[in-house]
Amino acid sequence: MEHAIYNRASRTYSHLMFGLCVAFTMAILAVLALVTGYLLSIGASSLSIDFFTKLPIARGMDGYPGGMANGLLGTVILIALASAVGVPVGMLTGIYLSEYSANSLIAAPTRFICDVLSGVPSIVVGILGYELLVRPIGNYNGYAGAMALAFIMVPIVARTTEEMLRLVPNSYREASIALGATKARTIMQVVLPAATGSVITGIMLAIARVAGETAPLLFTALGSRLLTADPSQPFPSLTQQVFELAKSPEPPQQKLAWAGILVLIALIFVLNLGIRFFARSVQSRRS
Amino acid sequence: MTTGVEVESSAKHQRPPLMKEIPAPMPAESEKPAGVPVGKPPARPASAPAAQHSRPGSQPEIHQEIYREPHILEVEGFSLFYGKNKALHEISMPMAAQKVTALIGPSGCGKSTLLRSINRMNDLIDNVRTEGQILFHKEDVYNGSIDIIGLRKRLGMVFQKSNPFPMSIFDNVVYSRRIAGERSRARLHEVCERSLVGAALWDEVKDRLHTSALGLSGGQQQRLCIARAIAAEPEVLLMDEPCSALDPIATAKVEDLIHELRGKYTVVIVTHNMQQAARVSDYTAFMYLGRLIEYGPTGNIFQNPRLKQTEDYITGRFG
Repeated sequence: MEHAIYNRASRTYSHLMFGLCVAFTMAILAVLALVTGYLLSIGASSLSIDFFTKLPIARGMDGYPGGMANGLLGTVILIALASAVGVPVGMLTGIYLSEYSANSLIAAPTRFICDVLSGVPSIVVGILGYELLVRPIGNYNGYAGAMALAFIMVPIVARTTEEMLRLVPNSYREASIALGATKARTIMQVVLPAATGSVITGIMLAIARVAGETAPLLFTALGSRLLTADPSQPFPSLTQQVFELAKSPEPPQQKLAWAGILVLIALIFVLNLGIRFFARSVQSRRS
Repeated sequence: MTTGVEVESSAKHQRPPLMKEIPAPMPAESEKPAGVPVGKPPARPASAPAAQHSRPGSQPEIHQEIYREPHILEVEGFSLFYGKNKALHEISMPMAAQKVTALIGPSGCGKSTLLRSINRMNDLIDNVRTEGQILFHKEDVYNGSIDIIGLRKRLGMVFQKSNPFPMSIFDNVVYSRRIAGERSRARLHEVCERSLVGAALWDEVKDRLHTSALGLSGGQQQRLCIARAIAAEPEVLLMDEPCSALDPIATAKVEDLIHELRGKYTVVIVTHNMQQAARVSDYTAFMYLGRLIEYGPTGNIFQNPRLKQTEDYITGRFG
């Protein structure tokens, strides 16, 4: 008799917890749907060919409010430059931490610093970039912006790479070593390929994070009203332009800012799909 | 006699609280050495000779037949420490070329450690220190100037748990050739076919060489690992309980394969399964607590062991 009551209570408890899990998941999904829906409904209606082809145009001029061609190009270039630096540095750090640092005195501090750095407010990174790469050079420039973004990427990429490589079963490493492979080869041919998918997810997270950063760019790349691909000069970016336009009291400019956000999110989404597709084709070519 | 019956009936009587009743028969059993044939006097427990033989200084029993063989591997006074813990105690044993040598013994007796010392897989573990020598073709593999990478190519290894890489069957098999710099597709294909035929897997996988190796069954995966090991054309195959994760049918296939590999390769196999050691090996070494206890032709070890401790182990009395 006692047994049966206990059983019913535990079943009720189990159902209750399951219900809570479902409810909170639904709540999160609802928020996500709200944001996406709102963004789509407002952003899409303000999106036009002009957005992709024109520069921002001041009020009163022909074609006002113009588009964000320069910001889009600027963001793409900034992400590319930041990734070109941040991804290799981060991945090599992660590989070191996972594969080489077993006895190393610098591993634990490195790990700790990575964790601290990934929590540093991005405005701090912007000021750092200003001090190191803007003041000595003498003008705001795109390289400084890209390096500031890379600085944000490195700890994220390093830590996710490390974690993902640790998940690769040791038996793969043993098998490779036992077949007479060097450690470097084992990492390149077996360990990294086995973790490709999850390492790429980590890289994507890092890219998505920096693609949406504004603060580090305000002190470094500054922003530009020109269409430019020269990062040695003040450099435009989507986020910085959205930041400016969103402050505007003018509804057309506000709508343009909405379109800018939508394009930014679409850009990250496309980038994500593209890299995943690329990784899968690389993997299938290997096997 | 009457007391015995009484004990039994009272035990039956109080069946429900079984847990409480269990400790009771234990002392009775140890008083009277159950299972020991009458006529033999040993009133002492089976573990007594073990204690005797694991005392430092006691010499292992090595049958003379072994010294008549040509040796490819010679372990000489080899000890291994994990930190302060001594896992192998001055092991000395030659291993016959082109024969199958089985290492048996209870868990933790150091047989896998010894096997992994031969191709220096223990280098991957921190805090490992060794003393003594392991000679491969009369050359100490623990000599600082030896080419470990080249050595491991000549000493193939098959692990307890099959560990194919997450790549295609083809890429798995030719891995060692690729890292050796072989690029010719035709030659890689030739190596792949020869190795898979050698591992008795060719017929099962020849139509799907370019599908993932992880789609194979457990037994097939283990044979793939053997194919991958022999693709490197090693002289010695070190097998660390290669069948312990396999079902009986797959085990039989791998054992047949070991039979076929004998003569072409020197095989050193660690196994928990005594019947398996008896079936596949030419020589058997019994290890206990990090020491070599008895080593001789498999027939002698299983039918006519010289030491009581060996007999106790192979008859399943301890370990």
